Amino acid sequence: MKKLVTALVSFALLALFSTAATAGNWDKIRIGVEGAYPPFSWVEADGELKGFDIEIANALCNQMGAECVLVTQDWDGIIPALLAKKYDAIVASMSITEERKKKVAFSDKYYNTPARFAQKKGAGISISKEGLSGKSVGVQRATIHDNFITAEFGDSVTIKRYATQDEAYLDAVAGRVDLLLADSIAMDDGFLKTDNGAGWEFVGPSYSDPKYFGDGAGVAIRKGDQDLVDLFNKAITAIRADGTYQKINAKYFKFDIY
Amino acid sequence: MDFEVIINNLPLYLEGLWITLQLVVVSLVCGLFIAIPLGMLSAHRNYWIQFLPRLFIYCFRGTPLLVQMFLIYHGLGQFEAVRESLAWIILKEAYWCALIAFSLNTAAYTAEIIRGTIRQTPAGEIEVARSMGMSPLTQQRRIVLPSTFRRALPAYGNEVIFMLHGSALAGIITIVDLFGAAKIVNSRYFVPFESFITAGFFYLCVTFLIVGLFRLAENRWHAHLRPRQS
Repeated sequence: MKKLVTALVSFALLALFSTAATAGNWDKIRIGVEGAYPPFSWVEADGELKGFDIEIANALCNQMGAECVLVTQDWDGIIPALLAKKYDAIVASMSITEERKKKVAFSDKYYNTPARFAQKKGAGISISKEGLSGKSVGVQRATIHDNFITAEFGDSVTIKRYATQDEAYLDAVAGRVDLLLADSIAMDDGFLKTDNGAGWEFVGPSYSDPKYFGDGAGVAIRKGDQDLVDLFNKAITAIRADGTYQKINAKYFKFDIY
Repeated sequence: MDFEVIINNLPLYLEGLWITLQLVVVSLVCGLFIAIPLGMLSAHRNYWIQFLPRLFIYCFRGTPLLVQMFLIYHGLGQFEAVRESLAWIILKEAYWCALIAFSLNTAAYTAEIIRGTIRQTPAGEIEVARSMGMSPLTQQRRIVLPSTFRRALPAYGNEVIFMLHGSALAGIITIVDLFGAAKIVNSRYFVPFESFITAGFFYLCVTFLIVGLFRLAENRWHAHLRPRQS
């Protein structure tokens, strides 16, 4: 009996350490994605993941010659789950910001688009401290847009924070928020061009101040895995060079979002 | 471990705690007011009188609080007619939606506690009341209800604690309650352990307070029913 237990325990330990040992070799990469951020990533009715982020993730894996498993994870927990090794990289339109760089490493950017406000058509809201006073604005929690509105207009506007961008759209349609602040491309294709968002329009300037909006979206990777960062950087350059990126880009957008 | 961000965000937690307390206290008070007539009607011997109250209790005990809250918050907002109506002034705000859902939910559970306790009123007490010539309503007012409230105290204390814990669901629909504050801190600084353990600590403190209050109340109104201490 005792022998059996010892055998089982050592087997379990062996299994544990052997997976840890392969961590440096990237034949198999698990990638965290969000799945609630159209057109960059969403889940089809049959459960299949679709979108720009998803196709880019697959193209990068192809380029690296690695086998990839996509893992969906809510935005709120997407960095903690990376740190907890539930996957090895995040391809989820994550902007490269200073605050996030304290916790994770980033690859080079794979796209960069500005942020904009949207309002109900004809609402005539002026985007300034006075104009926003008493209004409510919906953002996705813990995004660059949340940070920007909190820091710049936090004292005059009521901020409603949502776990996903889709929930913010839902409350915009219901009339619970006066404004939305989000990535302009994501909001255009994910909301304004849909039936739900037909009554809404962009308002105010495009924002891309690196202080808040970072240097575009990159792949987030644990700080210890610098080799994987290098692999992703090489792969991003390669798919830009061989036209794979442009092919995916053209499926979703009329212009190059890199 | 990085408890510095927690200390820096303590005001956010305290504001959250204040919202949580508001939600819990207001919904408990509203719930109790709904629950007393509901419990009395559902304890009535006549099948037709108890039918509707019991249907209400069955529906609200039979579905998760989260589903009820989503139905009121997201579900009702779907209909143009609701959005055009006067009720939208209230239903527009996540705060009121949560309050309505919590009140109805705790009303159902509390009504069930009251119904059960009324049914367990010793038959002798009612016989005596009747032999004294009290009308059915006077019997309820003088004998059944006072004794019910005393005997329902321990079970109701449980319901209050459940309501406190259930109120964390408010954090999901944009309300910055205690749990909502923890979620903001977590997602801004990526410290899930520190942010949620802090929320847990505050919930624990409030629970401690509730348990203490109910102990005082039971000492005062429930003492005659306690097992004798040697």
